[in-house]
Order: sequence, then structure tokens, then C-alpha cells
Amino acid sequence: MIDTLRLTAEEAMGLLERREVSAAELHRAYLDAIGERDSELHAYLRTVEEPEGKGVPIAFKDLISTRGVETTAGSKILSGYLPVYDATVATRCKAAGMSLLGKTNMDEFAMGSSTENSAFGPTRNPWDLERVPGGSSGGSAAAVAAGLAPWALGSDTGGSVKQPASLCGIVGLRPTYGTVSRYGIVAFASSLDQIGPMTKTVRDNALLYRILAGRDPEDTTTVELPNPVEIPEREDLKGIRVGVPRELNEAEGIEPGVKEIAQRTIELCRELGAEVGETSLPRSVDYGLACYYLIAPSEASSNLARYDGVRYGLRVNGSNVREMYDRTRDAGFGDEPKRRIMLGTYALSAGYYEAYYGQAQKVRTVIADEHAAAFENFDVLVSPTSPTVAFKLGEKAENPLAMYLSDVLTIPSNIAGLPGLSIPCGLSDGLPVGFQLIGPQFSENTLFHVGHALERAIGFDFVPGRLK
Amino acid sequence: MAITRDEVLHVARLARLELRDDEVERFTEQLSAILEAVAKVSELDLTGVEPTAHPLDLLNVWAEDVPRPCLPQGDALANAPDHEAGFFKVPPI
Repeated sequence: MIDTLRLTAEEAMGLLERREVSAAELHRAYLDAIGERDSELHAYLRTVEEPEGKGVPIAFKDLISTRGVETTAGSKILSGYLPVYDATVATRCKAAGMSLLGKTNMDEFAMGSSTENSAFGPTRNPWDLERVPGGSSGGSAAAVAAGLAPWALGSDTGGSVKQPASLCGIVGLRPTYGTVSRYGIVAFASSLDQIGPMTKTVRDNALLYRILAGRDPEDTTTVELPNPVEIPEREDLKGIRVGVPRELNEAEGIEPGVKEIAQRTIELCRELGAEVGETSLPRSVDYGLACYYLIAPSEASSNLARYDGVRYGLRVNGSNVREMYDRTRDAGFGDEPKRRIMLGTYALSAGYYEAYYGQAQKVRTVIADEHAAAFENFDVLVSPTSPTVAFKLGEKAENPLAMYLSDVLTIPSNIAGLPGLSIPCGLSDGLPVGFQLIGPQFSENTLFHVGHALERAIGFDFVPGRLK
Repeated sequence: MAITRDEVLHVARLARLELRDDEVERFTEQLSAILEAVAKVSELDLTGVEPTAHPLDLLNVWAEDVPRPCLPQGDALANAPDHEAGFFKVPPI
């Protein structure tokens, strides 16, 4: 009997190596778990019955192109779309022997922080069905947390891997910009989008990142890693300098329970031998959200121009091509993509470009410089990942700005192109709290080391209480 | 910074979105609130600061100029809502 709730991907590999289970049995065990638990969660949009590989299975966020398997990006406008090629990350997973378990739910075009913006209905948090799993990679996070996948891929533009990982009590990495190929990924904001691994443990995360990372000739924004990915073993933090940015740890809106557990985790860094000091990112947090909500929608308005009813996706007919475009896009996009397309179109339009997009690009420089300055004295910067634990479905659905604030702590380092790891660090009112580790570009090995040491010391039980 | 109903309609036209009346009303209100929040970036004096378009320092990434197979025509048309004789087909321009 395979306990998918407890089994890590690394343990699953061990079972396969020792021939204690076959890949087909493993795949079947997860499909059975999905059959048993996913009707209440809705983590998956569709599953794949037959295993293709001989290794550990995996779930993909539904914006990763999978040849012949419907890929919708959570949007009605791509309903029925069957990719004719695989994304590079899918090819890499396949080459490593993984079989696809299914495609997971997400906010439409990865725009959202709760997975409520999916055109196919929301996903629920395995820790509390009344609450959201976070987003936009909420389906992947819920699937891993509920034992419906040993690991999964998500994507992170403003925090869409880190924040749902935090809200579901799992580990999520937003890699350094440019280390994981985006060929075959449905684009949202190209200077920010990154694919990231979502796992139960930090070691699983490093194992998956090692498979994903590296230059891809099909994506000219990718680079080769300067160092090979190390699977973390060390359990102390001697020699590590941990910086605590005031603004990220004292931001308005951080719940007291979250703050307390994050503080305790910072104290734990010290106990494990790290040097801990306070630092400051004076403008990154104050201006990060505004900067992000100009850059990301601007890029989205350009990227989403391709959905015009001509080459793929939905078409709503009209008497001429112009009418067909307008009707197709009105019927195909949900509210959030429409809002962001409008915002981006406005910010890029004549007369406003310099004041909005141009100014935001300069703020981006300021934010990158502030982080670089902090890394002169510290190896990692830490904070809570999300200001709150999982919130209730519907709580922020009517107020876009309140929803945007969910990513206030993850956005600044994303704007700077930096890697960030979220690990679960405790429970507040029975709901998981995530701890964010941010490093300089290409410092994933350090993040894995620190994350692993903390994970061992914390001993967080990643199985949701209500499923035990 | 408030956005007017006319501006919302203008932007929708630029973005090729045919908004329904209730959407125009809702978006006018929501976009005004969002624009007010993002206008914060103009508080900073950024004279002399270079803009960042991309987080990595990459310049001129070239592909080798060698022919290789591309997507077969059938694949390229496989998801088209309408096609004829190897072309995408659209309503009259």
C-alpha cells in the first residue's frame, strides 16, 4: 500500500530502484488518490490514465504545453487547445523518465493569487476546504499537499509558486530568471515568468530543479548554470549570513500569527549557527507592487494579443474580422485578464508610456540595486512568504487591489530576477505559514542548503491535519 | 488618478475587447483604483536612473544559421478554428 500523502518523490525513487513498486503501480496509486480526494479539491483539470515513463510521475500546471494533452492556462479562450509540441520542461521531465499524471488548475493566464480566477472553477485548500490554496499555481500546490502528486511544476511571475506553496504547507522554488526554459509555456509577463518546482521537501525540490535547469536554444533568455545543482545534506547554518529586511518583515498587513512564526524561524537560523542581522530594502517593498502592476500588465497586454481567434483557441464569429476579434476576446477572457490587458494597454499608450511603463522600468533598476547592496553583507534574505495564511474563498474576489497585496512580499525579489524558496515553517490557527529565502542570482544551492537545514530543524508535518 | 468611461472605451478599442455595458462600468471603477495605486511610481525622482527591461545581462543571443525541420503544415493548422487549402480562414476583412 503506497501512502501518497506521506511519500516524497525521493522515497518514491527509492521504491522504484529497489523494485518494491513499478512505475505503473505508482502512477495508479496517485490516480486512485485523485479519484478519492480531488472531487472536493479540484486540483486537477484533467488526468492522464496511462503512464509513459519508468520513473516518478509528475503534475504540470496547465500552462505547460503537453503534446496531445489539452492545455488551457485556465482560460476559456484556450479550451480544447491540443498542443502539437511539448514545452522544454515537459521534454526534460520525460527524458528523466517521469510520466505525466495530469494538468493542474490555475488562475486564468496565471493572473491571480487564489486560483479563483480559473475559468473552470476554483481549487480548494487541502488544509481547509473553505479556503483558497493560493495562486496562481494553486492546483499544483494543492495536489502536492494532498498527496495527489509526488511533485509538480508551477510558474511564478509575481509569486505564483512561492505564495501557493506557503498557503498549502509545501516547498516552492522560484528559480533565478533565465535558468529554466519557457519554450512552450503560455506567456504572461515575459521579463518575469519562471517555471518552478513544487515539492514536499527541499531535497525533492533540488532534485527536480536539477532536471529542469539549464540553457535551452529554443529560449534565448536562458543561460547555463554557473554551478551544478547540489542536493542539500548539511543540517547546520555555520558561516551563513542571514539578512532580515525590515520592510519585508514589518510590512503592513502581516498577520500577527505569521509574524510570530517567521520570527521564531529567524531565531532558529541563529541557533543553527547562522549570523543574523537586520537590513533594509527601503524602496523595494514600498514601490514594488506599483512597479509590478505596471510592468506585468504591460507585457501581458502584448502577450495576450495573440488570442485573436485565427490560429488556435476560441472563435466567436462576426460579420468582419474586426468584429470577430472583439467578440472572441470578450467572450474568451475572464475579468482578470481583461483588467490587466486594459491596464497594460493604457500604461503603454501614447502620452502615458513614460509616466507609467518608463518610470516602472526605472523603479525596477532601483529595486535590483537595493537587493544587490543587501547581498554585499548577506547570503540570504528572509521574510514571511505571504502576509497571511490561506484566506477564505470569495474573501478578496471582489476587490482586485486587496488580492494584489497577497504578493507584496514575493514581488520585490521577482522584479530583481532573484531566486526565492518558500518552505513551511509552522502553523498559525491550524494553517501553514511559509518562510521565504531570497538569494542573489544563481544562488539556488545556498537556498537549498538553508532551506534543508531549517526544514530538518523545524520538523514540519506536511500532511494536512484533516487528512491524517 | 481616475480613468473616465470614455478612456476605458478607448483602451478597450485599442485592446480589441468588445466590453458589455456592465463591464465598462465595473472596469472604470476598478481601473481607477488600480491606477491610483500604481501612480505611486511617479513619487520617486529617478533622474539619471537607467531603465531595466530584463533582469539578466544578455545581449544579442544568436542562433546558428542552419536549416532544420519546422512545424509541419498540418500541425500548424491543427488547432485553427477554420482553415482552407492550407491557409487560416477568417471572416471578410
